[in-house]
Amino acid sequence: MSVAAVTGESAQKVLSLYRQLLRQGNQFAAYNFREYAKRRTRDAFHENKGVRDPRRVQELVQKGLKELQTLKRQTVISQFYQNDRLVVEGGLSGKDKEGKGSIVRQKDPGWD
Amino acid sequence: MATIAPSVLRQASRLAPRSVLSAASRRTLPTALAARVATGPSKIPSSTLARTYVTESKRDNAKVEVETAIRLDKKELDRSGMTISSQNPEGTHISPMADVLKQAAKMDEGQRPIYLDMQATTPLDPRVLDAMMPFYTGYYGNPHSRTHAYGWESEKAVEEAREHVAALIGADPKEIIFTSGATESNNMSIKGVARFLGRSVGKVKKRHIITTQTEHKCVLDSCRHLQDEGFDVTYLPVQHSGLVDLERLRSAIRPDTALVSIMSVNNEIGVIQPLEEIGAICRAKKVFFHTDAAQAVGKIPMDVNAMNIDLMSISSHKIYGPKGMGACYVRRRPRVRLDPIISGGGQERGLRSGTLAPSLVVGFGEACRIAKEELEYDSKRVKFLSDRLLKGLLSMEHTNQNGDADHFYPGCVNVSFAYVEGESLLMALKDIALSSGSACTSASLEPSYVLRALGNSDESAHSSIRFGIGRFTTEAEIDYVLKAVTERVGFLRELSPLWELVQEGVDLNTIEWSQH
Repeated sequence: MSVAAVTGESAQKVLSLYRQLLRQGNQFAAYNFREYAKRRTRDAFHENKGVRDPRRVQELVQKGLKELQTLKRQTVISQFYQNDRLVVEGGLSGKDKEGKGSIVRQKDPGWD
Repeated sequence: MATIAPSVLRQASRLAPRSVLSAASRRTLPTALAARVATGPSKIPSSTLARTYVTESKRDNAKVEVETAIRLDKKELDRSGMTISSQNPEGTHISPMADVLKQAAKMDEGQRPIYLDMQATTPLDPRVLDAMMPFYTGYYGNPHSRTHAYGWESEKAVEEAREHVAALIGADPKEIIFTSGATESNNMSIKGVARFLGRSVGKVKKRHIITTQTEHKCVLDSCRHLQDEGFDVTYLPVQHSGLVDLERLRSAIRPDTALVSIMSVNNEIGVIQPLEEIGAICRAKKVFFHTDAAQAVGKIPMDVNAMNIDLMSISSHKIYGPKGMGACYVRRRPRVRLDPIISGGGQERGLRSGTLAPSLVVGFGEACRIAKEELEYDSKRVKFLSDRLLKGLLSMEHTNQNGDADHFYPGCVNVSFAYVEGESLLMALKDIALSSGSACTSASLEPSYVLRALGNSDESAHSSIRFGIGRFTTEAEIDYVLKAVTERVGFLRELSPLWELVQEGVDLNTIEWSQH
């Protein structure tokens, strides 16, 4: 999950990749993975903001595309096997407003 | 059930005319039914009563126009997909396919605890799962099969994974032996080296092993077994910080010492031992150095050559890999020879026979590759969260951190809350998955032997809690934990009579408790 920016048309391409990665990462049903995907994408793009060498940019874009493919597959798996929401997800009270939490689970987790 | 049903029906139908008639005479039956009874009293078995058709089925309805059905289905799915995504607060789009699996239970409130026990195990990274999936679906060949393509492709993947593992610790791929986990690696290294050197003929028999008191249970237990076999074991005490005293180690090494086994990062207090210095001492004295690096690999930089490590245990599920997988590094130059525990087909240089699980191996390799790539980023992140957590926890009164405050892995924060029972605090913190120590001993209420080895009192050891921070921990979680811990420690202390005394300024050590 990383990539860079450069001038002209490739800048457009990089920006679109960035947006796609963020959007795809947001589709993880699992809270921790979702937050990680978004944060890692953001940090990687910021880290490589100053990269100007076209070859390096090309490498990073390829890497980003590979990650995007992985994300696409893994978000689907994540949606198939959903768990309850974490206590943090509904804010600090741990409550989620009725009708909003459309999380669905297969079976009861834990003991009680 | 199927065999009982017809006979029951027959029974019922035999009884039915009588009971129906009697019921009708009592005028409790619906009139329609009574009318039907009146028209045909001879042939009304109860089964036909229960079976009523809402609509009559026509012959044409049974035919399915395939094209229309598909179109209808698609529309249905689209609609359900749309409705779900519009409901979701995160804007998470849920694919129509996921809806197929949808079942009854709906959660409106988040109930699942936050996971802060990364020393016990870590979640499987989605990228790792992605690498593993092909080996669960298509590539099922035995990596040791040399006669067909199924075997070759599995073997290639296994060797690539081996390279990734080796690269993470700066070793040669040939020096990596895949095992079932760090426990097996520890057993293999300690028992293997001791048994090999203990029975070597001609030369001096080396029958002495050195380890520390804060090691993981599997190392201590392996040593205990060797003691039963007649080996001599020295359990080095540690300083109050949890670090090994190098002078003591040096003086403990004897001419017949075979092995020194000291863990890299402690699983309970996160203390990082001075591996380089220990390695140098062992190399100078020509003693093999084994380190249990299950908690260290992928989290702190490790280099077997710089640290002069001869044997190292690695676990996959501590670095976001699959469970049931691990590796043992066995140095080739100078060669470390061991007696294998598992003998058989001679896989893995004959040190660990048995077919490898390519899916797990590939997952482990991928986890190592990611760990190497992300080491810097992850450490920075973990350090940031750890500082935030520690600062918040230590700002409460009468709390202190266990272990060395300068030489510890930030992902493992062990804090004592005085005047609170650790176990009751864990119960009060049901919404956070925490542990008071190693998962292996979490079933017993005994205080942690690691904290006792540091010289902590029983009370202090009882009131300690370990917080594990990892790659997927978020800031919101840390804030939630801080808030919850502060609240509930305060609550539990309010209940405690000891806390009342402390607040009044009584020194608890001066109290003479009456016997009764």
